Amino acid sequence: MTDLEEFRAEARAWVRENAPKSLWGTSGSGPFDGYWGGSKCEETDPDILRWRDLGIEKCWTAPAWPEEYGGGGLSREQENILHEEMKAIAVPRPVAGQGLAMFGPVLLEYGNDAQRAQHLPGIARGEVRWCQGYSEPNAGSDLANLQLRAVRDGDEFVLNGQKIWTSHAELSDWIYCLARTDPNAPKKQMGISVILVDLDTPGITVRRIDLISGYSPFCETFFDNVRVPAGNLVGTENEGWTIAKAILGHERSSIGRSIARQPGSAQREVVARARKHLAAPEGAIPDPLLRDELAALGMLEEAFHLTLARIQQSAESGTPGPEGSITKIVGSELKQRRFELGMQVAGTQGLGWEGPGFDEDDLQYTRDWLRSRASTIEGGSSEIQKNIVSKRVLGLPEGKK
Amino acid sequence: MTQDRAPFLLLNDEQEMLSKTAYDFIRERAPAARIRTFRDSNDDVGFSRELWYEMAELGWLGLQIPEPYDGLGLGFFDLAVVLEQSGRELMPEPFVSTLLLGTQALLLGGNEEQKKALLPGVTAGKTLITIGYEEAGSRGGLSSPTTVAKKSSDGFELSGEKRQVLDGHLADRIIVSAATSDTGYTLLLIDPTHKGVTVTRQSRIDGLNAAIVRLDRVPVKSDAVVGGLDAGAFLLEAVFDRASVGLAAQMLGASEQAFADTIDYIKEREQFGVPIGSFQALQHRAVSVYTDIALTRSAVLAAARAIDESPEEVPRLASLAKAMASETFMHAAKEAIQMHGGIGVTDAHDIGFYMKRAQAAYMTFGTPFQHRRRWAELHGY
Repeated sequence: MTDLEEFRAEARAWVRENAPKSLWGTSGSGPFDGYWGGSKCEETDPDILRWRDLGIEKCWTAPAWPEEYGGGGLSREQENILHEEMKAIAVPRPVAGQGLAMFGPVLLEYGNDAQRAQHLPGIARGEVRWCQGYSEPNAGSDLANLQLRAVRDGDEFVLNGQKIWTSHAELSDWIYCLARTDPNAPKKQMGISVILVDLDTPGITVRRIDLISGYSPFCETFFDNVRVPAGNLVGTENEGWTIAKAILGHERSSIGRSIARQPGSAQREVVARARKHLAAPEGAIPDPLLRDELAALGMLEEAFHLTLARIQQSAESGTPGPEGSITKIVGSELKQRRFELGMQVAGTQGLGWEGPGFDEDDLQYTRDWLRSRASTIEGGSSEIQKNIVSKRVLGLPEGKK
Repeated sequence: MTQDRAPFLLLNDEQEMLSKTAYDFIRERAPAARIRTFRDSNDDVGFSRELWYEMAELGWLGLQIPEPYDGLGLGFFDLAVVLEQSGRELMPEPFVSTLLLGTQALLLGGNEEQKKALLPGVTAGKTLITIGYEEAGSRGGLSSPTTVAKKSSDGFELSGEKRQVLDGHLADRIIVSAATSDTGYTLLLIDPTHKGVTVTRQSRIDGLNAAIVRLDRVPVKSDAVVGGLDAGAFLLEAVFDRASVGLAAQMLGASEQAFADTIDYIKEREQFGVPIGSFQALQHRAVSVYTDIALTRSAVLAAARAIDESPEEVPRLASLAKAMASETFMHAAKEAIQMHGGIGVTDAHDIGFYMKRAQAAYMTFGTPFQHRRRWAELHGY
C-alpha cells in the first residue's frame, strides 16, 4: 500500500468508528456543512456536539493546518482523503464554516504569528465564529468601490460605514472587513486594508435581512465610530486587495465544492419528487419530456463531479489546469436547474408558503428553490466569474463592462 | 460516479507525449481544408492512404490492438488520445469505420481465426473494415434490420440494402447486420468483391466517405458469423458503446479546435475600432462554450477509462460522453460560425466544415435524446 492508501484506510476507520450513526447520510459533507460554532451558537444535538469533540480531540477539524494552531498537520492530499471519507457516508464535518474554509487559510498565508496564535485555535475548536465584511450597498460586483472608512488614530483604527450580506453576523464573534484606509489612492483597488473586528465592540449594530425565501442568515452590519486596535490589521496597510482576492478564491472554490454534494444526489432527489408527485412509484417516468430533462440534469451532475475530480487530480499532480475557474459557474447553475426541475414536477403543490394543505417537505423545497436564486449572485456573480475566465483563461481583451 | 472514488482522468507522461506528437502531426499534415479538396477533386478515395500508412507506422492504428495481432496492446484510453487530435482537423481517414466499428466488433465478438486474418492488416494500415447497419428508415439506431440472412445448406443467403456504410466504397470487409430469425439478428462478415454485392458511393455534408451496399442473394458461409447466431443486437450495442466514446473523443477535439480558431478570430477581428473579442456579449458566450468543453472532456476521459478498467460502467458513461459531446460540438460549431460572422457561412472558410461534421456526429450512434433516454433507463427511471 502507498502512504496515501494507508492513510485512507486509517481515515475511513476513524470516520466510521467515530461519526455518530444519527449523522450518517444527513449531509453534503461540504466545507459549510457541519457545526458552525461560536460563542452564540445554540446547537443542542448531542451527536453533533459529540462529533465536534471527537474531531477536536483528533485535531482533524482543520486537518491541514499546522499542529501549533490546533490543526492536524496533514498534507492537502490527506485532507482531501479525509473529507472524501466523510462524504462517502454523508456525515457533516465535525466543525465547518467560514473561519475554516475561507478566513483561516488566508490568515495562515498573510497574517502574522500573533494573529495566527490568537485566532486559529479558536476556529479549529469551533469556539469562535467568523463572518465576512465585504459587500456594501454600493459595492457588490464592483467590490473595489467599497467605502467603509478606517482612520488611523494612535494605536487604533476608527471605523465608520456599512457592510451588507454579512452572513451569520448575528451569531458571529468576529468579522474580517475590507476597509478603505486611503481614500486618495490613485486606483480604487489601492488604499484598501483587511481589518479584524470583534463584533462586541461598541458602535456595531447588526440587522437581519429576510430573503425571498424568508428567514436567512444574511445581515447588515453598521459601524459607528468603532475603535479597533491597530494590531488587527492583516498584512500591509492599503494593500488588502490582494488578500481580498485570495479570500474570494477560497470562497468560490468552497461554494463550488459545497454545491457538489453527493454524486448523483440531485438526480435522485428530483426523480424521487417526480415519483411522488406524478404517482409513479416505479418504472419509467411516464412523461418522456420530463424524463429527458431529468436525464439531462443527471448527466450535467455527473460531468460536474467528474470535472471536480479531474481538477483535484491535476492540482495534486502539481500542474493545476485553468478549469478551477468554472466550478462556481457550473455548480451554481446545476443547483438552480435542480430546483427548477424539482418545482416543475411538484406543480401547484409547490406553491405553498406555509400552513395547511402542503406537506413539510414541499414547503421546505419551495423555500430552498427560492434561496437557490442567490447561488449565481453570491460569492461573485456568474457574470463576474465569466469576465474573469474570459480575461484570465481565454485571454480576451478587456472591454467596456 | 457510483463509487466513492472517481476514475483517474489525467493522461500519463507517455499519453501526454502521444497527444502532443499527434497534435503536431495532424495540425501540420492534415488540415481540415483537405475536406474541400477531396470534395472538389472528386477524389476516388476521399482521404489520404499515405497518411493512413504513416499513422500505422507511428503505431497509432494498433494502439489498442493486442500484441498477437501486431498491435501495441495498450488501452482504448490511448486510442482516444489520438482520436481527440484527429477530430481537431476533422480527418476523413477511416478512424470510425475501421478502428471504431470493424476492429471493436472483432475484438468483442470475433473468433480467433477472424482476428488473426484481419487485425494485423488493420494495424499495418492495409485493411479497412466497416459495419453496415444503417438502412432506409432505420435512422441510425439499433432497430432490427430488414436485411435478411436466409439459412442455406452451408451458411446463409444475404439480401437487403445498407446505406451510409462508412468507407463502404473501399472496405476490404463489411460486417452487416441481418435478420436470422423472428427474434434476432446476426452480424456477418462479408467480402464486398463477392458475387451479388453492389457498392455505390454516397456523398455526405461532412466529408466522411460512405456507400450504399446492395446485397442480392449473397452466399455467405457459416464461419462468417461474428459473435453468436441471433446475438447481433447484443454485440452491436457493445460496439456502439465503444464507437460512441471514440466518436465523442473526436468531437471533443473538433470542439476544442473550432473554439480555439474562434477565440483567435475574435481577438484579431476589429469593428467599431476595437477587437470584437472585447465585447462582453461575445465573451460570456465564449465562456459558455469553454465550460461545455471542460465538462465534456471529463465525460469522455471517464468513459474511455471505463472501457479499459470498469466494463460495467461503460453503457452509462458511453451515453454520457456521446450525449454531452454531441451537444457541446454543436454548440461550439454554431457559436464558431456566429462569431466569425459573414465569412463563417462561406464555403471558402473552413469553420463551416465543423458545423457539418457536428450535425453528422450528432446523428451517429444515437442522438443525445436517445442517449438520455438510455441513461434514464439505466438509472431506473
